[in-house]
Amino acid sequence: MAHFLKDKACVVGVGETRYTRGTDTTTLQDALQASARALADAGLKPHDIDGIVSNAGLAPAPETLAANLGVRELRFAVGNTVGGGAGACAGLQIAATAIACGLARNVLMPVGWHSYSGLRVRKLGSEVDLATVPGPIGATIADFYMPQGAFVPAHFYGWMATRYVQEYGVRPEAAGAVALAARRHAHLNPLAYMRGRTLTLEDYLNSRIVSYPFRLNDCCLETDGACAIVMTSAQRARDLPKTPVYISGCAEGHPYPDDDFGARTDLLHIGLTDAAPKAFEMAQVRPADLDFAQVYDCFTYVVLIELEALGVCGRGEAGDFVRGGRIELGGDLPILTHGGLLSEAHLAGASHIVEAVRQLRHECGERQVKDAEVGVVTGWGDFGDGSIAILRR
Amino acid sequence: MASQSPQYKLPLPARIGLAAEFYRYCKEHELRFQRCTGCGAWRHLPRPMCGECGSFDYQWARSSGRGTVYSWITVVQPLLPAFNDAVPYSVVLVDMEEGVRMVAMLQDTAPEALRIGMPVEVVFEDAAAEIALPRFKKSG
Ligand SMILES: [Zn+2]
Repeated sequence: MAHFLKDKACVVGVGETRYTRGTDTTTLQDALQASARALADAGLKPHDIDGIVSNAGLAPAPETLAANLGVRELRFAVGNTVGGGAGACAGLQIAATAIACGLARNVLMPVGWHSYSGLRVRKLGSEVDLATVPGPIGATIADFYMPQGAFVPAHFYGWMATRYVQEYGVRPEAAGAVALAARRHAHLNPLAYMRGRTLTLEDYLNSRIVSYPFRLNDCCLETDGACAIVMTSAQRARDLPKTPVYISGCAEGHPYPDDDFGARTDLLHIGLTDAAPKAFEMAQVRPADLDFAQVYDCFTYVVLIELEALGVCGRGEAGDFVRGGRIELGGDLPILTHGGLLSEAHLAGASHIVEAVRQLRHECGERQVKDAEVGVVTGWGDFGDGSIAILRR
Repeated sequence: MASQSPQYKLPLPARIGLAAEFYRYCKEHELRFQRCTGCGAWRHLPRPMCGECGSFDYQWARSSGRGTVYSWITVVQPLLPAFNDAVPYSVVLVDMEEGVRMVAMLQDTAPEALRIGMPVEVVFEDAAAEIALPRFKKSG
């Protein structure tokens, strides 16, 4: 029997601002701009919206968004989805559930983040008071990581990456293949911040180590901008202007324990390891059926670990899997067709959803995956929380 | 015995809740972890409750201070001014003999020597009048 949530909700509108480094606008202005564009794309008005899902620290509060947009009957408001960069994709599950259960008709999900001009993640512990970091991770960092010199994602995920590299003999060229694929695709995306900025394998290998095993070019961008997603039911979607994109499968997963890397028996068992099989089961799709994968790419090595968690290859095999252009446009499984966090912009995973939707609508011009029918989006955040959505047209 | 460092510049632990108890032993240069008196399971980070058996009862049991390296990073670019003089430094995950794993800065050991399974042992660095921090160095 089909899962009750399968194909019940659709993304019907997407919108973006420009992606820059440096801005005169506020995150609220950006989130409103992207939301207005997503609503126009959906053929809906603000008064049609009755649900807002946003993520604390990465978007304004639902109440603020509603007041500014003119949403008068907000009846489903979620102001903190889970796990930082896992939140946008997890938001799809929250919104789809609310829509399928009739708790909301039309749900708006914006991300507006100035990770360049606002408080930067790299300032954790100095400008950012760890006690104010939402979720369970602030206290762990403040008491047990920070005094030992580890306090930013590059450090935490570096532990996973080192273990991965050492356990499986993964070479830097494998991570480089991820960076190069993202860059190649960014050249085809007018919104991408790194468009036109060449990156060769030699450039990648020569980029300096910032925190072993991460080179500078393993790390995502910090940018300013916003994007937004509008969802509704499959039934209402048929009356709206754009090709509906169905949430066929979705799931979130959390490593154990979720508030400490140290206590995990297997550091490479991530949230996505548990979530991915559930989402594929719900969607009745196999990894081999995917036309693309928008994999959360805060760091290149994280992408390799996620590809294995997705099941597109076995554990320890991603280094071989990404060779020979397989993850580039024209290959078996193109990833990050917009350029990702590595080369487009850092929208905390929301732009991965926007790109998946545009790919499935066949709107992507020269970066279009030919005849794309089904694709996957993943989210990743905090201490390895994972989220996944399988989308189809 | 590590020497007192009046110039100690790195961030100090916030010592929130049960973490304060952990650091109270560190100040005496004792590495202790919680051990459940219900089922005997060791645990770290400090927590009010045993995730194995549900007991709220525990003691602070003395660790051998010995373990092996599970993974590490080596920080080259300091992201806070406090670490300007510390780089490059490595932060290791250590599998302790008691079965818990902990995060600590590596001392007196070249990053190039690091490998998975390398035996290490705890040393304490006196950071402030009330605070000593556990670090690890290569054993032997
Ligand atoms: Zn117990």
